[in-house]
Amino acid sequence: MSTVRNYHAASWDEAVVYELGAPGRRGVVPPRSWAPASRDALFPDSLRRRSDADLPELAEYEVRRHFTHLSQQTMGMMGISLFGTCTMKHNPTVNEQITARSEVAAVHPRQDPSTYQGLLGIVHSLEDELRNLSGMAAFSFQPGGGADAAYLHAVVTRAYHASRGELAQRTQVVTTAQAHPCNPATAKAAGFEVITLPIEEDGYPSVDALKAVIGPHTAALMLNNPDDMGIYNPHVKEWVRIVSEAGGLCFYDHANFNGVMGRLRAAELGFDACMYMLHKTFGVPKGGNGPSVGAYGCSEELARFLPGPRVVKNGDVYDLIEPEDSVGRVREFLGNVQQLVKAYSWTRAMGTDGLREASDLSVLANNYMEKQLMALPGVTMSFAGKALPRMEMTRYSLEEYTAETGLSTVDVQNRMTDFGIDAYWLAHEPWIVPEPFTPEAGEMWSKEDLDEWIAVLAHVLEEGRRDPELVRTAPHNQVVAQIDGSGLDDPDTWAVTWAAYRRKHLEG
Amino acid sequence: MSQSHPYMANSAEGSRQALLDAIGIADAEELFAQIPADHRADHNVRPVPGIASEFELRRLIEGRLRGGISTDSHISFLGGGYWKHHVPALCDEIVSRPEISTSVWGTPSSDHGRNQAWFEFASELGALLDLEFVGLPVYSWGCAAGHALRMAARMTERSVVIVPANVDRERRLVIQTYAGYPELAGSLEIREVAIDSASGTVSLASLEEVLRDDVAAVYLETPNSWGVIEHDIARIIEAAHAVGAEAIVGVDPISLGGLASPAAFGADILVGSIQPLGIHLNAGGGVGGFIATRDEERYARQFPTLQVSIAPTIVEGERAFGMTLFGQSSYGSRELGNDWTGNSVYLWAVRAAIYLALLGPAGMRELSETVAANARRTAELVAAVPGVSVRYGDRIFKEFVVDFSATGRTVADINAALLERGILGGHDLTGSHDGLDQCALYCVTEVISEDDVRQLISALEEVVQP
Repeated sequence: MSTVRNYHAASWDEAVVYELGAPGRRGVVPPRSWAPASRDALFPDSLRRRSDADLPELAEYEVRRHFTHLSQQTMGMMGISLFGTCTMKHNPTVNEQITARSEVAAVHPRQDPSTYQGLLGIVHSLEDELRNLSGMAAFSFQPGGGADAAYLHAVVTRAYHASRGELAQRTQVVTTAQAHPCNPATAKAAGFEVITLPIEEDGYPSVDALKAVIGPHTAALMLNNPDDMGIYNPHVKEWVRIVSEAGGLCFYDHANFNGVMGRLRAAELGFDACMYMLHKTFGVPKGGNGPSVGAYGCSEELARFLPGPRVVKNGDVYDLIEPEDSVGRVREFLGNVQQLVKAYSWTRAMGTDGLREASDLSVLANNYMEKQLMALPGVTMSFAGKALPRMEMTRYSLEEYTAETGLSTVDVQNRMTDFGIDAYWLAHEPWIVPEPFTPEAGEMWSKEDLDEWIAVLAHVLEEGRRDPELVRTAPHNQVVAQIDGSGLDDPDTWAVTWAAYRRKHLEG
Repeated sequence: MSQSHPYMANSAEGSRQALLDAIGIADAEELFAQIPADHRADHNVRPVPGIASEFELRRLIEGRLRGGISTDSHISFLGGGYWKHHVPALCDEIVSRPEISTSVWGTPSSDHGRNQAWFEFASELGALLDLEFVGLPVYSWGCAAGHALRMAARMTERSVVIVPANVDRERRLVIQTYAGYPELAGSLEIREVAIDSASGTVSLASLEEVLRDDVAAVYLETPNSWGVIEHDIARIIEAAHAVGAEAIVGVDPISLGGLASPAAFGADILVGSIQPLGIHLNAGGGVGGFIATRDEERYARQFPTLQVSIAPTIVEGERAFGMTLFGQSSYGSRELGNDWTGNSVYLWAVRAAIYLALLGPAGMRELSETVAANARRTAELVAAVPGVSVRYGDRIFKEFVVDFSATGRTVADINAALLERGILGGHDLTGSHDGLDQCALYCVTEVISEDDVRQLISALEEVVQP
């Protein structure tokens, strides 16, 4: 096994932009107006800004240097990031260059569809690819992320039941404790009551537990499968049947599609709708939290409720339509179109064989890691001995290690960053296992990267046994030391802007 | 065995085999044993070949795009809450850096730089808005307005929200979605306030009629969806407060280089678009919204967003940037949190942070003046075309309503004719509100030159002549 690397993050001791520059400096100068001077004031005096906005004043190179330093002070995916549940992927540069072209970047969404047929055609082709992979009849790309796609499902669910005169009765959405928090949260925001099924001894809720809550009040079921522990609920077809027979709509949060591409389709499992995150599974960069796309697919029956505008093909012409009983919008316009182009390009580069191979490699790599991680003293896994082999992720626990050393999973996570390893994912709320961590190997990272990741974890666990303080006070080789977050929720100390910081901490 | 795919390191034969050997299996298929056979749909997936060559891939995609019309190839007067502004080169350079573009979540220590950029975004935008509490971006302006209305409903425990009758259709539809259905819990009732046809802004008489003590919030926009600056903003905010409602105002941040922030008149929650702050149009993929308030706990506790706060580290004198009030988000509290959050458009926050640092106080003032002066002058010139008139042209910021109804031509016809002359005409407002048939919304910013406008005028003179 390889040894850990001698790493230190770039640390420029970079000031906040407000501490840089000097009065009168200019970064970018806007053009002057070509209009002749007018006698009339542009803005009525009573509405004018009294003094210029308190913005930084920097020369252009200072702005470039500052933000380049901030970029260098960001690890991102440039170390090794096995950030579980988010499926770290290669984000090809060629896609960034393609989408920087005017035919994508400079298109205004209110242009007549006839003027950007090529771009609309790519959106339509992407929809074809996703229909092929899911068996769904239609897709909307309007949702700005996975959570927004879950919200769209709740919104479509409202419209569907309202159209049948049953909305007042169907007020409950059922989900599981292992579903991503966005499922219950968006259902609630759409007005539904949320029923969360607890996880039982096999690693998922039982069919009986589901049956007990499904009935005339059921509006929808929202769940992922496999879940974030890599556990596949083998009764999911029965679940869908039970909910469908009770009149509810079934939504497949396909957040963990990476392990089942080319093997499972939402349609054959009976789902009414599904969602893919193009910024995860389909090679679109994450951007530190978007711009993202939650591609929402649904059955023919639900397609009439989809938001507009939707791209359709009439003969050889692509057009934008508002579906017959459209829910309207969950967001303005067509969606993050530049990201759709990247996803389409990525999908074409992979081909269906490539997607299947990516699933093979993801599941293979996870099981490779699992074998080695389970050999590390202090590491256990959720529902050990059950639901094996795990899919593209396994959830582990440091419970025993914490009992032994007093160090938490967050301590270990922090110390791993000292070796160029991006934070691993812990677990979404609620934590079903104590001190969780969830690496996801994916298909991109090499065997050597996985070995290095494992070596760092092993090294840190040993360090913690020898010198717990070293790990508890980590990181030591990062841009800055461990944050003291004790004041983050205190209104007297939090400061989300420089003005608030100045007022609370620098003055008085 | 096929060749290794460039996106998958372990597709190299030796690497794959090493993984198989390590776990002692012959075929990865063995690892899918959890999935029951009757769940599998392998044969229903139509095979599509992959393209391993970057060149061939690029040729395919670019080939499909080539020849498309855009606001670069044509002179564009399209707007409607979504505007063509100059995008500084540095915005493109920095967000292309892979550390930033590929980052996912990280820790405050290891993604310190990105978190600082987010903090600087909030700080600079807050300075423009004169507000000290700014959330990280939400999906869009419409989404920001929807969340803000729901914040107000929770704070006031009321459910009626006042929305102007002329809010752009895209945004209005989003707000309606966020308002929900009366059959379900927590829904909002939208009550419209009429627009005064003389001023093009909120009718104070109508406002008086709709404002009652069941109102959670009054939402208004300045400049509004017809491009008109709301002159009575102070009175409207005062009226909202008089019945115990929150005043929520949607703004174009570019206008705030010259116009006072509505916060100066007592607005409680400001929302708007970050798209004009260094973000490309992307056929609609440039949307992004913000929510900002005074730094008061009553408001801060209602934000659905994540936000970063400056905070000390365990080393004396050192600063980091960590999540504030994370526990009230859906990540922290599932359905008990405020609405929901998730992947959004945080890369756009980095663009906006760079944009505002580049423009600075003088740049934002000058930009707003250039935009307003160009738009006013264009409105005058368009109004001088026979048969064409402009509404509220002396009260606009960068958009204005052009009335073609006296020409006997439809906006659709006129725009088709303009397109032949290399111009993307303003978007058709027909059917969007009473009295707007054969009207179009024209947008003029700093990127429209005098020559562009000259071309528009001569094209219009040709197109609309009787």
